[in-house]
Amino acid sequence: MRRVAVVRFPGSNCEEDTFRAIERAGAEACYVWHRDADLAGADAVILPGGFSYGDYLRSGAIARFSPVMAAVQDFARAGGPVLGICNGFQILCEAGLLPGALLRNAGLAFTSRPVRCRVEHAGTPFTSAFEPGTVVRLPVANGDGRFTADPATLDLLEAEGRVVLRYLDNPNGSARDIAGICSPGGTVVGIMPHPERADHSLLGAADGAGFFTSLAAAPAGAP
Amino acid sequence: MTYRVHVRVIPRAGLLDPQGQAVEHALGVLGFGGVRDVRVGKAIELGVEADGPAQAREAARAMCDRLLANPVTEDYEIEVEG
Repeated sequence: MRRVAVVRFPGSNCEEDTFRAIERAGAEACYVWHRDADLAGADAVILPGGFSYGDYLRSGAIARFSPVMAAVQDFARAGGPVLGICNGFQILCEAGLLPGALLRNAGLAFTSRPVRCRVEHAGTPFTSAFEPGTVVRLPVANGDGRFTADPATLDLLEAEGRVVLRYLDNPNGSARDIAGICSPGGTVVGIMPHPERADHSLLGAADGAGFFTSLAAAPAGAP
Repeated sequence: MTYRVHVRVIPRAGLLDPQGQAVEHALGVLGFGGVRDVRVGKAIELGVEADGPAQAREAARAMCDRLLANPVTEDYEIEVEG
């Protein structure tokens, strides 16, 4: 059993779905406020989707300076599992915990629909429940979801096997169809699709449940 | 004294700028021919307390590096009034 902290920023809007997905997977969930200075003794942290600080300046640019992010940085650097979903992914990139950036979708449209993705890396704390190569159907819902990095960074991500999720039908022009990446150690993961919106058959798809059952199955006490 | 500082943040050349493309297309539709390489960025104006214009510029540069621009995808230009 693990205790998983869900960070709430002003403008987060997927935190309750995320909270329930964690509980449904059999782990304990708790909220952490963006002004908090610690992570309430959590074994893992999730930065949920939404529009923190109204996406002012750039998506995630202001949230990364929230007091709680200092604790998230320390936790991540110590090897603690951190997952950023959508806006959470944008925040992790802005914070420098993951490389690259999420830019305006190539078609300029806010894209909200299910997409098919392949799980490329099943060795992270959030994807261990999947067989490598599993195709999952997950909703995306973003305006700034186009993953971008310089060619050398993209090559490095590929060479080190750090592409976690890849679109089968790229919805937004993301470089090399990348939907999610991880840190060198695999413990910090960012994904644009929303597994918390597809973790139960009542929601029309349960493919996302694996991201949370992976975490619930991992041993507690890390890092 | 307070210096008026103008910061221009522009998507880095070579990166896809769909907003710029959309504006370029719209200009073409309006009959403005021969418009190329449109890029859409941000203009940010700041009142900066500093001992002189050079210090105001230096402060703005630090702000750009930490917050106002994304070093991965954007370039910036700084202009100090006075």
